[in-house]
Amino acid sequence: MSGYASQLRLPACAAIAMGFIAATVLPARAEIPFAKQRSGYADLGHDTKAMQDDDSINPATLWVLDGEALWNTKAGASNRACSDCHGSATNSMKGIAARYPAYDAARKGPVDLEQRINICRTEHQKAEPFKFESKDMLAMTAYVGRQSRGMPIEESHDAPLKPFIEAGRKLFFERQGQINLSCAQCHDDNWGKHLASSLIPQGHPTGYPLYRLEWQSLGSLQRRLRNCMIGMRAEPFAYGAPEQVNLELFLKWRARGLRVETPAVRP
Amino acid sequence: MARALINVPKTAKRGQIIEIKTLISHIMETGFRRDNVGKLIPRNIITDLVCTYNGEEIFRAGLYPAIAANPFIAFFTVATESGTISFKWTGDNGFDETASAKIVVE
Amino acid sequence: MRDVITRPTRRDLLGAIAGAGVVSVICIEPSRATPASMEAAIRSVVGEASVKKGKVRIDVPPLVENGNLVSLAIDIDSPMTPKDHVKAIHVFNELNPQPNVISVHIGPRAGRAKISTRFRLADTQTVVAIAEMSDGSFYSASADVVVTLAACLERL
Repeated sequence: MSGYASQLRLPACAAIAMGFIAATVLPARAEIPFAKQRSGYADLGHDTKAMQDDDSINPATLWVLDGEALWNTKAGASNRACSDCHGSATNSMKGIAARYPAYDAARKGPVDLEQRINICRTEHQKAEPFKFESKDMLAMTAYVGRQSRGMPIEESHDAPLKPFIEAGRKLFFERQGQINLSCAQCHDDNWGKHLASSLIPQGHPTGYPLYRLEWQSLGSLQRRLRNCMIGMRAEPFAYGAPEQVNLELFLKWRARGLRVETPAVRP
Repeated sequence: MARALINVPKTAKRGQIIEIKTLISHIMETGFRRDNVGKLIPRNIITDLVCTYNGEEIFRAGLYPAIAANPFIAFFTVATESGTISFKWTGDNGFDETASAKIVVE
Repeated sequence: MRDVITRPTRRDLLGAIAGAGVVSVICIEPSRATPASMEAAIRSVVGEASVKKGKVRIDVPPLVENGNLVSLAIDIDSPMTPKDHVKAIHVFNELNPQPNVISVHIGPRAGRAKISTRFRLADTQTVVAIAEMSDGSFYSASADVVVTLAACLERL
């Protein structure tokens, strides 16, 4: 352990984290009480809140508008647009983001929104799938997600999903990386406190894809989780990996009842 | 990429002071960042925004690398008459983007 | 962890510089601006005129969430009539690689001398806004902003 401290470019998070390792004992399943659930929105500055609340000044709207255009654009060998099957997204996509990831019977497992979009593209539109984190994928998920804004994240009662939620929960509580901390140790046990100058949020994915000021761009939950893992000096899960979907499933369960904010703005 | 988002009130009373908001998609690469092999990433920013109201200039801004990505600029103008409010952004590498909105002034 | 930045003494633009003359436009900029280069940038706009305090209000958070995007509003007290209005608004900073932020040209058609934008701050520093009036006078205001880095930086 002492070897790490002597490295010149030790990031702030690692330095503080060392203190955690010394002082913290892994608690048993310390879940945040329902009444204390808190979206990161609550801790935003006044101007950032205004940015999120007003579509006309939210940078994410640029992607939402692109998504709307894509929705209506014919694609692939089938020469169909999303609208040809789904009609108006304001109707057909309402509530979707609030209940994704969802169980896919054919695949006998959960799929997240990105995967569902690619399933539609390849199987129904006969088009090339979107690359994860590409402009098109972000535009599509932002547009579809936007249709659920304000709706509460649904608690899943799908029995087949239970083992996958459990797999996600296990990941959330597992120590990882050279820093050797679990998600729970910061986001369940120390939310509200500060890591260097950053406020530790509870970590609810209520607003993805979101415009992150640090990225100066829109980005997905998977990108954010990979950032955290890199922060822990762990090998980050690949885009589209089953671990990502399981973790998102669990995080959505953990955030059940909180309102969808897509597309949100965060520091 | 949806290039620009402008917010101009659709209607206004004559003489009313209205707020105009503009948002445009642009990376605003400062020219001071380095890539992961240490090479300087060349500057690529929007340098100017000009707004005209029925052809007459009502606002002009010179932007520098300190302006954040996806530049947001809001300003005011007096609603004088019905017509078109036009916007033109220009910048490095021949960047040239226009947008316009109609306004009805009673 | 970052070192504590020694704050420069606040300069009063009114009295500070004995008529230095116009600064050469062509200069090799340092990779980091200094309060001196901000002074020079301000001088290149105001020339030898004195800059008065007042009329200008800067709206900026005292502690930013992220230096990549800081909301900024400049509001200037002016009747905005053809005889008495704000001609231009210039914003400067102390410690970014370049001292300029934005330069705006307006006129009586504006109705209100207020602009809003979003800018970047590389470090804790002072932001200065200068209003150029139709009668050739200048007014200014400054604001101090604290900027910190995010705890975990993303590696691409």
